[in-house]
Amino acid sequence: MSAPARKLRVATTSLAGCFGCHMSFLDIDEHLFELVELIEFDRSPLTDIKEVGPCDIGLIEGGVCNAENVHVLRAFRRNCKTLIALGACAVNGGLPAQRNHLPLSECLREVYQFRPGIANGQIPNDPELPLPLDKVRPIHEVVRIDYFLPGCPPSGPAIWKFLTDLIAGRSPRLTGGLLHYD
Amino acid sequence: MKQFLLDGQPVPFADGQSILEAARQAGHYIPSLCWHKDFPAHGSCKLCIVKAAGRHVSACATPAREGWEVESNTPEMNGERRGLLQMLFVEGNHFCPSCEKSGSCELQALGYEYEMLTSRFRHFYPDRPVDASHPDVLLDFNRCIFCELCVRASRDVDGKSVFALTGRGIHKHLVVNAESGRLADTDFSKDDMAAHICPVGVILHKGPGFAVPIGERTYDTSSIRSLKLQEEDS
Repeated sequence: MSAPARKLRVATTSLAGCFGCHMSFLDIDEHLFELVELIEFDRSPLTDIKEVGPCDIGLIEGGVCNAENVHVLRAFRRNCKTLIALGACAVNGGLPAQRNHLPLSECLREVYQFRPGIANGQIPNDPELPLPLDKVRPIHEVVRIDYFLPGCPPSGPAIWKFLTDLIAGRSPRLTGGLLHYD
Repeated sequence: MKQFLLDGQPVPFADGQSILEAARQAGHYIPSLCWHKDFPAHGSCKLCIVKAAGRHVSACATPAREGWEVESNTPEMNGERRGLLQMLFVEGNHFCPSCEKSGSCELQALGYEYEMLTSRFRHFYPDRPVDASHPDVLLDFNRCIFCELCVRASRDVDGKSVFALTGRGIHKHLVVNAESGRLADTDFSKDDMAAHICPVGVILHKGPGFAVPIGERTYDTSSIRSLKLQEEDS
């Protein structure tokens, strides 16, 4: 792939995720050298930039489990021309969403008050802590999403295929066994 | 022999044979979840939707007719199928990464076959507690798609009527035929046909777990399309 006139600006973040998708992103290994010829990073755990700026591509790992996630997701949507749900949790809520059939108060009490070994436990209530939502949501239920890349995590080759399709101006397509939900 | 056209290809059929049966016999794949060759057509999953003589019909429940033009593997029909799969996914709790059936699940395999990348709609996240009471078999109702294959196998082959669907519309759910509602209080056995017929991850045998690792399972290595057509040949 020839280098574009201007490098594409890419932002990434993990909301209610485990950073496994980001680890998988790094699993594209030596393709990272090709990638840095084509893109530069904006907000991302890789740069430590705290606020997202105008970008071509935004990669979102994880679902939406609290108020801060909503804020970050909306900021990404405002700034990114193309927004991508990266991985199972962003696509359908994933593991964090498995609390969805339980009342939130019960979850919090179970973890912070009744867990064995806890004495005088209290549910954290610091104003700095983002408030949890009653249900964990996939990101497409909060903002418009342009592309979805499922998998837990999507494999390095799947991420590479997806990004190279996108950068080359093709509709990204996961063929040849690259599409997996697990 | 009488024949109809499936995506422009002639398909022979015997009187009374469904579009789906005739197509599979002739080596053409029409997808299905609730259809099973040992049982009468059920017509509930609608994955076998085709356009026959201009109308949308379930290929499993529609007898083939001489001279019909049937559309199946077209962008329109496959788009309908993707939509149906997306609705099945949001209606239950289908978290593939934590499911023991992942890789051997027909619902998931059809998601791959029809390149479903998102479940698109708003998720229901229903509350469906699991039943782990039986010594050999676990029931995880979260993944039930109401195909009634276990209901039919238990009633018609095993002669036990262990399962039933109850409730209507969005309240429909799978129940166990026991006073307590628990599988342990039935005569269900791990050797029953019903114990081996679930196309998704509801009826799970305790023990095997992840003995076959993710990535090496049935539909990890071959497409559901090719495997179902091979089944037809054998």
